[in-house]
Amino acid sequence: MDAHIQIKNLNAYYDDIQALKDVNIELPRKQITVIMGPSGCGKTTLLKTFNRFLELTDKTSITGEVLIDGQNIYERDIDVTEVRKRVGLLAQRPFPLPMSIYENVAYGMHIHRMKNNRNEYRKAVRHYLEVAGLYDEVKTRLTNPATSLSIGQQQRLCLARGLAVEPEIILGDEPTSALDPVSSQHIEGRLLGLKEQYTIVIVTHTLRQAKRLADYVIYMYMGEVVESGPAKEVFNNPKQERTRAYLEGQF
Amino acid sequence: MKKHWHRRHIIEAFVKAVMIFSFIIVAGSLGLILWTVISRGLPALTWSMVSQTPKGGFYLGKEGGILNAIIGSLYLAGGGTLIALLFSLPIALYLETYLGDSRRGQYVRLALDILWGIPSIVYGAFGFIVMLAFGLRASLLGGIIALALIELPIMTRAMDEVIRRMPADLEQAALALGSTRLEIATRVVTRQMLPGIVTAILLAFGRGIGDAAAVLFTAGYTDRIPASILQPAASLPLAVFFQLGMPYPEVQKRAYASALILTIIVLAISLGSRWIAGRLSKYVMK
Amino acid sequence: MDRQAIPVLTESQKMEGRKFRPSLTSRRKQDQTAGRVLFAVTLLPIALVTLITIGLAARFWPILKVYSFWDLVSGTVWKPQDGLFGFWPFISGTFWVTIVGAGLAIPPCILTALYLSEYARQSTRAIMKPLLDLLAAIPSVVYGVWGVIAIVPLVEKNIAPFFEKYLGFVPIFVSKNPTGYSILSGGIVLAVMIAPFIIAVTYEVLMTVSEGLRQASLAVGATQWQTIRSIILKQTMPGIIAAVVLGATRALGETMAVLMVVGNVPQVPRSIFDTAYPLPALIANNYGEMMSIPLYDAALLGAAFILLVIILIFNIASTLVLQRMLGKRWV
Repeated sequence: MDAHIQIKNLNAYYDDIQALKDVNIELPRKQITVIMGPSGCGKTTLLKTFNRFLELTDKTSITGEVLIDGQNIYERDIDVTEVRKRVGLLAQRPFPLPMSIYENVAYGMHIHRMKNNRNEYRKAVRHYLEVAGLYDEVKTRLTNPATSLSIGQQQRLCLARGLAVEPEIILGDEPTSALDPVSSQHIEGRLLGLKEQYTIVIVTHTLRQAKRLADYVIYMYMGEVVESGPAKEVFNNPKQERTRAYLEGQF
Repeated sequence: MKKHWHRRHIIEAFVKAVMIFSFIIVAGSLGLILWTVISRGLPALTWSMVSQTPKGGFYLGKEGGILNAIIGSLYLAGGGTLIALLFSLPIALYLETYLGDSRRGQYVRLALDILWGIPSIVYGAFGFIVMLAFGLRASLLGGIIALALIELPIMTRAMDEVIRRMPADLEQAALALGSTRLEIATRVVTRQMLPGIVTAILLAFGRGIGDAAAVLFTAGYTDRIPASILQPAASLPLAVFFQLGMPYPEVQKRAYASALILTIIVLAISLGSRWIAGRLSKYVMK
Repeated sequence: MDRQAIPVLTESQKMEGRKFRPSLTSRRKQDQTAGRVLFAVTLLPIALVTLITIGLAARFWPILKVYSFWDLVSGTVWKPQDGLFGFWPFISGTFWVTIVGAGLAIPPCILTALYLSEYARQSTRAIMKPLLDLLAAIPSVVYGVWGVIAIVPLVEKNIAPFFEKYLGFVPIFVSKNPTGYSILSGGIVLAVMIAPFIIAVTYEVLMTVSEGLRQASLAVGATQWQTIRSIILKQTMPGIIAAVVLGATRALGETMAVLMVVGNVPQVPRSIFDTAYPLPALIANNYGEMMSIPLYDAALLGAAFILLVIILIFNIASTLVLQRMLGKRWV
């Protein structure tokens, strides 16, 4: 397997509560990996270690390594903003920045000075809005505030904003949980289309969504990874009793 | 992903350093003020300062103390707080249980915030007008009324915030039991809010005892301890102010000691209210 | 899972068909009466604001019949014995001291609030709150004592000579005043006095920014400062301005601490090292004689009225902004 993200002996703590216990897994390149498990099992915590978001919370600490392309992102001289540029995040709820639709997509590019002139920015914004499947709906009102969009549109805008800084990995923390079914389907469709180019990691607590999206599955319980492997194998033939119980809906 | 020192990282480090520097300046200034007051006030602080009233020639540097001002301040702030409490508790309860976040409630809150922002010298001038109208002289009563006016918005707004933070469930639970709004106000809200209310009272008392500009107009100053509310009353802030204005170093040193006494009282109230609030919050739903 | 059996009610226990008791009326009446009484009490704050304004205006009136409002406000000579009441030295003095004080306070206060809300750990914030409460609790006369002991000599011996030597060519830094009792001393004392207030309100305003918004910016690789500059400040600017204006309003009305260090000479200031005579100091220093000279009382209470009106304008505007943002006011 061509592993994009490797996790070695990872432990995470909130204060003195251990949230992740000795996690050792590998996530495949350019596939959708779904992390599933009952709520409170450490899914989101694990996801937050991939873009160093865990350290935004007070009194958290981790030990172990998270390697992206073989490089440990927790090493001392690593630039955390560079990590977050390469690892995009689609949050649970959309958080449009307090600016126009256009500026939202251009925000990250401006920050990293990725383009040379106005025209290049304009082209890039259009491109990423198209990739996120939003362009046709907003092309006549790019200067409107982003908050004027519907919540489903906002989430696609956030996707475009994340893609615009050219990440290799996209993290999704239950990215459809705040959306209506139609918008959810829209986002899921986009994610399936994006896996040609990106490594995607999604946290979800709905089993059906996991089955729809996953190429590779990680099942967690109480801060531990119980089982991980290609989706077909895990769903059809789980090796662990606890995984089987979860899949059969006993939680 | 190795760190390259881009311009934005340099800016980030610089801004953070400036912020920490500002933080140190602000925190340091408190230390500086306390240190100044303590280091100048402590050497001049004697037992007779707090146990005697001014004797003849006190303001020339002779015998005596500022007991008149200490007692006067306690009377003034105590009376003002009591009167303010009589009005602010009903207002705060009415605001919450009857008006809520309605438009009328917002008007009342706006009026309270405006009152809060009016400087004490204006309250003093207003109190002076009122006293003239009623033919009163500078007296304990006048000072108490002026301080009550100053403390009213502080106390009411502080209570309002505390009451507003009350869990909505609690009120609904009481309503579901068939209580009327008055019963909620008097039994449920007050009990839940006791620690916050005590804090609000002490906060207002602290403001009252530290106020100088309003009592200057309304309470006057005297070397005796007032025997009735129609006599003038001395106060600690004015004791500091008048003694500092004397040209004798002996008297100025006593001003420092008086400032120290005032600071100790105010800080004790501030710390005490935290402690009391902590003790009383046993039954409070968090 | 098996369920517990529900006990069957006997006929007499059934509530069905029973009428609601009307006897609640006495309690309801109590409720309504209390409501009316309490409503009357609630009008008190609104009545008080009106009463103070009208009361002071009424006492100001006699002098307005003799001199026009404009003449009073723009007049520069203050000689009550000769019937000359020019408020301009006091009004300009008030603004000089306030602007210097607010100017000194604003940058470090906003930076401190930003540090607390964006960088500091929970434990640092927990220490800062009581510290700010303590700073705010110190009476103004104590700040005044501190000003006289520490700030006035500092201005006299260090700051004024330094500015005279290196920046003497700038008009507002010219030092002709041999003492340290000056606008700058007043400004420094005021800055320290209003600092806890500005920090506390600004911090509250900054905390209204949702964590998700911060993370949305950090997630695309922005640094903290980039996030602050382009997201947080943008979102909270009205609230921060209101906090600052409210803090400055406090400075406008501050009496004792300023009075003790600004020198109190009725002149129109030209430099930060000049003495000034702000409106509150004028009122506090002269109230004792105001009944002994004709129109003096109207002039002094008029000074209080002018001060009140200036403060009301700034205060109402900033309070409305803050009520909108926070739904409350900092205690």
